[in-house]
Amino acid sequence: MSYEILGITVLWIFLYGYLIVASVDFGAGFYSFFSVLTGKRHKIHPIIERYLTPVWEVTNVFLVFFFVGIIGFFPETAYYYGTSLLVPGSIAIILLAVRGVYYVFSQYGNRNNKFYMFLYGVSGLLIPASLSTVLTLSEGGYITETNGVVSLDYHKLFTSGYSWSVVVLAIVSVLYISAMFLSYYAGKAQDEGALHILRRYALFWAIPTILSSLWVFFAIRQHNLEHFNKMVDNAWFFIASFICYAIAVYLVWKPGKLRFSFLFVMLQYFFAFFGYGKSHLPYLLVPYLTVHDHFTNHAMALALIIVFLLGLVVLVPSLYLLLRLFLFDAQYVRGKYSKK
Amino acid sequence: MNHYDPVIYSRMLTAITLAFHIIFATIGVGIPMFIALAEWMGIKRKDPHYLLMARRWARGYTITVAVGVVTGTAIGLQLSLLWPSFMQVAGQSIALPLFMETFAFFIEAIFLGIYLYTWNRFKNPMQHFLLLIPVVIGSSGSAFFITCVNAFMNTPRGFNIAENGKLTDIQPLVAMFTASMPTKVAHVLVTAYVTAAFILGAMSAMALLKGRNHVYYKKALKVTMVAGLIFSLATILIGDLSGKYLAAYQPEKLAAGEWHFETERQAPLIVGGVIDREHNIRYALRIPFALSILAHGLPNSEVIGLNETPKELQPPLWIHYMFDLMVSIGMLLFVIGVWFVIAVRKRKRASGDVKPLNKYLLSLIIVGAPLSVLSIEAGWIYTEVGRQPWILVGFMKTAEGATKSGQVDIMLWLFVALYFVLGLSSALILRRMFKNNPAEEELKSLKGV
Ligand code: HDD
Ligand code: HEM
Ligand code: HEM
Repeated sequence: MSYEILGITVLWIFLYGYLIVASVDFGAGFYSFFSVLTGKRHKIHPIIERYLTPVWEVTNVFLVFFFVGIIGFFPETAYYYGTSLLVPGSIAIILLAVRGVYYVFSQYGNRNNKFYMFLYGVSGLLIPASLSTVLTLSEGGYITETNGVVSLDYHKLFTSGYSWSVVVLAIVSVLYISAMFLSYYAGKAQDEGALHILRRYALFWAIPTILSSLWVFFAIRQHNLEHFNKMVDNAWFFIASFICYAIAVYLVWKPGKLRFSFLFVMLQYFFAFFGYGKSHLPYLLVPYLTVHDHFTNHAMALALIIVFLLGLVVLVPSLYLLLRLFLFDAQYVRGKYSKK
Repeated sequence: MNHYDPVIYSRMLTAITLAFHIIFATIGVGIPMFIALAEWMGIKRKDPHYLLMARRWARGYTITVAVGVVTGTAIGLQLSLLWPSFMQVAGQSIALPLFMETFAFFIEAIFLGIYLYTWNRFKNPMQHFLLLIPVVIGSSGSAFFITCVNAFMNTPRGFNIAENGKLTDIQPLVAMFTASMPTKVAHVLVTAYVTAAFILGAMSAMALLKGRNHVYYKKALKVTMVAGLIFSLATILIGDLSGKYLAAYQPEKLAAGEWHFETERQAPLIVGGVIDREHNIRYALRIPFALSILAHGLPNSEVIGLNETPKELQPPLWIHYMFDLMVSIGMLLFVIGVWFVIAVRKRKRASGDVKPLNKYLLSLIIVGAPLSVLSIEAGWIYTEVGRQPWILVGFMKTAEGATKSGQVDIMLWLFVALYFVLGLSSALILRRMFKNNPAEEELKSLKGV
């Protein structure tokens, strides 16, 4: 594997990691808020809180890793995306900030403040919508460079079917992934009351998930035929993804089978995300940036990869410890330890 | 004046974000050290007071971490959004420490999460303590790496620029370990510890001043102030070395900060004062030989003056006040530390532990906390503005690095509003957290165990 492919693969893996953990987090925030509205808060809130409190900061680091890494491996991205994304990027930052901070505040301060819950719940849907715009832009046609000035065509962005299909897929996926995860978690906690509600959410969102995926497919065809054709060439990724989807939904639908359900959700997104990523190559931004022409210099690439490997040696066991203590420890999941 | 200039707004937005982030970042680097210290003492001395200290500090710490994390994420993204051309060069040359920093965050975030929610999960308290070590290493590590980046901006090394403007011969490690790295990193770390010491000390001092005389507060005050004394001494020593670094590598920054125009021997240090267009200085205190000593360690050594630097490359003269502010506060913190140690020793000899501490001393400790934060700000403004007009000294001017985007001004106002709200609400939350749950109450429940 060449350095540049290795580099983008590493980054893509971390973006995938962010997609999963952040979706769980964002969706959970929304469900928390929704449960306040529907008066079911006491049923599902403890589960959500028990999972989220120890991990929210880790979620954020996945994102930081991605954007710091991409500038390291592909410095030119800073120039194109940085210049054109000033406004959407700033809005995403503000949403992330509001969300992160008010989450912690509501933990320690005013626990039942509806306004905090509202901020927290709604930002959870707006953030994926704004972050997913970056993927839309990467398809080309929205960012243009004329006379050395890079700019973003907002009119085109807001009126294109493709960009809306991505936004819808992002939001629906967040709700789906998170409901699937929380069902799994509630099942593990043997919390029947929560499970009952969360399973319904999960099954409810399963249908829109597949519909919006299909919509994105067709919208890409309209927008960027070359990419679409490459996706067809890599069709097996998407077929595998669909199979995993079917299994996951089945496992949630059929009582008592939750154990591996979330694993299949992860695989479902893994295949779809990597199928999309692979067929997107070599472009980082159509038509301006490719992984081959805009890779960093050899010395830096080598240094980054070495650091990355050393980093993994520390990171993987640490993440494992975190999961073991808060996800796989049945005592903790059931809320058997005293708080704080 | 009404002409829109993205460079000005980019600089303002960067400065505001960093000035806000640095408060929480500094606390984030300093406090874990003290939580570790308290928990360690608690375990070793089997003293629940210290354990409670660690717990309470850790709880407050989660709030500051949250703000540190989100503002840090903001900077990370803003660097690309506001300085795209600069980041293009930085990505080629100094990406290594930036990348390492994310690993430091990762480790810190993971273990902090574990640490905070596992107080009662281990039989052996030492295991819980050990979870804190990666947090301390992670937070100090992130300060180390990010400061390497800042050092690189002051003394860029480890690359060449070819005729066509492309970077060649890149050596990531050389770029990371530049001349300004050692003093910068050391000074940043040590000042973070001083600041944390005074912030934590001030909380106990406040309780004592209000007549809440529980030994818990006395113990907390002692730990923090003794550490504060040691770190403030280190701050002064390393600050002195930073001066020597500047004299050797960025004489124009030192000269602008000291209003030193002619290259000369036996240069005096100018403190305070006002300066006019003709560089006449009035109302200033002149300490003979002191600048020569700061610059090279000898009263007779030669210090390069600002006139050696072309006019258009000179940093603004007002940074003088930033330097003075930082140094005066540094001296004051040291004096407070010395006074505290003397007072505690005297009291011991005199009468055991009955006489309360002098209330002026306690008040000074309390103002020491905001002053140390002010000093951090002053220090950064001194070093950042003193680097102007360069963003990468000798290679790229700040104006060349900035975005050409049209909406930076609106973004500036948005972020100002954001920081205002975040700052205000975090202060309120912290206040409520410690007010509603005073240490005395928690101590009572400890006895029950
Ligand atoms: C509590 C905070 C604090 C205190 C008490 C001091 N400093 Fe400081 N100083 C900083 C906080 C700081 C800082 C925020 O950490 C800076 C900004 C950039 C840097 O590298 O460190 C800094 C920079 C800085 C620089 C510029 C370094 C550079 O540009 O590379 C010099 C020369 C000094 N300091 C010298 C001193 C001296 C002689 C002090 C004597 C008391 C002192 N500082 C106290
Ligand atoms: C170590 C990390 C830091 C990095 C990488 C960094 C980087 C930058 C950059 C890219 C700029 C814009 C270009 C310029 O005006 O020079 C800047 C400016 C500035 N930064 Fe820093 N900075 C760091 C730390 C800080 C901190 C912690 C503070 C605040 C307390 C600070 C205060 C400022 C100020 C006041 C400016 C504006 C300078 C001016 O307007 O002339 N910097 N910095
Ligand atoms: C000397 C100046 C700085 C210091 C000491 C510092 C230190 C820290 C610390 C300790 C945190 C984590 C808060 C916590 O978990 O306790 C943090 C967050 C962060 N900082 Fe700074 N920082 C500085 C300047 C910068 C600059 C210039 C950047 C931009 C590249 C930056 C990027 C970040 C990012 C991205 C985060 C969030 C990481 C996360 O999500 O966990 N910092 N910083």
